[in-house]
Amino acid sequence: MTGSWQALSLRDEDVRLTPCPDGPTLVRRADVVVDEEGTVHPVDRPVVAVCTCGKSQRKPWCDSTHKSVRRR
Amino acid sequence: MDLPRPRGPLSEAVHARLEGRFCELPPVGAGVDVLADDDLQLALWMLYELHYRGFDGRADLEWDPGTIACRRQLESRFELVLRAATASFVDEALGHSADVVDQIEHLVEVVDGPSLAGFLQRTATREQVLEFLAVRSLYHLKESDPHSFVLPRIDGPAKAALAELLYDEYGAGRPERLHATLYGDALEAAGLDRSYGAYVDRVPGHTLAVNNVMSLLGLQRRLRGAALGHLTAFEVTSSVPCRRIAAGIERVGLPDVTAAYFHEHVEADAVHEQVAMRDICGALLQAEPELRRDVLFGVAACLHLDGLSATAQLAAWAADDRDDRDDRLAEKVAS
Repeated sequence: MTGSWQALSLRDEDVRLTPCPDGPTLVRRADVVVDEEGTVHPVDRPVVAVCTCGKSQRKPWCDSTHKSVRRR
Repeated sequence: MDLPRPRGPLSEAVHARLEGRFCELPPVGAGVDVLADDDLQLALWMLYELHYRGFDGRADLEWDPGTIACRRQLESRFELVLRAATASFVDEALGHSADVVDQIEHLVEVVDGPSLAGFLQRTATREQVLEFLAVRSLYHLKESDPHSFVLPRIDGPAKAALAELLYDEYGAGRPERLHATLYGDALEAAGLDRSYGAYVDRVPGHTLAVNNVMSLLGLQRRLRGAALGHLTAFEVTSSVPCRRIAAGIERVGLPDVTAAYFHEHVEADAVHEQVAMRDICGALLQAEPELRRDVLFGVAACLHLDGLSATAQLAAWAADDRDDRDDRLAEKVAS
């Protein structure tokens, strides 16, 4: 998912985003991630990693494919 | 669990002690290959197990001075050999960059081993996949427990990040999602025994060492940096291999529940590797910069032992194949 996406809290929590260089963005305290097509993905981990390279096979979540992309 | 079957004089002596009979631990021979020795690693594994679930019906010897003395004798040798085996890699990583993420990623590239996951994905037979699952159960049925010992030994942002990672490993409030429970489900679906420690007698020395290093580092405050380095190397080398292993499990026709454990780890460990490198190791070294060398030692120790274990496992399977071929040839000649 390279385009626009949003991480939202349904309880007015302060969502924290931590971009990792050459990697995903870590998202904390969100309840849902809404991808660029508007599909809502529930967050069921304390912290999730959102794909930013567009190559993940488990979008919107990172599956570490960026490593093989970067190395090539 | 029951006490494992001894495999030599060291594990005999520890076995006897845990049964309540006094027995002097013999000295470790000079020529022993510490990182692969069945007898030494099993002896150490039994001593470490006292700090986890222990053994059924045995006296509580967790803090018995005699068993602790045995543990110290064996683990100090283990640590020395591991430090010697990894020192040049750690030096190289320190020279490569000043940034801990770069240093860790550099180690992952240079401390290389064969890809067990690649073999499982493409080549392994159903029996070999089952053997892999059984051998790995020694760790996965107490998944994350060794690294949990570090939590009270650190503070601040590194502690918060470690707790966050462990919370995910421990099911985030849902007992049925405990990773150890998911692994038990995976074993059961594959027709294997899910009881804790069931396969210890089948686990070779180099794989016992892969397990023991986590206890060596986790149980000592002095080694907290190395324990977190180890955790990080484990997470960084998990996501992509888990995808391959899941594909191998599906290829040989094992149930979806068995593959599901590995699919879960593709996603979970893609998160954990970032959290571990940046939020755990990064924050730890901000608070305690003098631990840098130990963090990298932990990373290199994990990678080195994984490499030895994978090399030995693949060699053992290749030898089985040769034996099978020779048997078939012999049968043909005889008939």
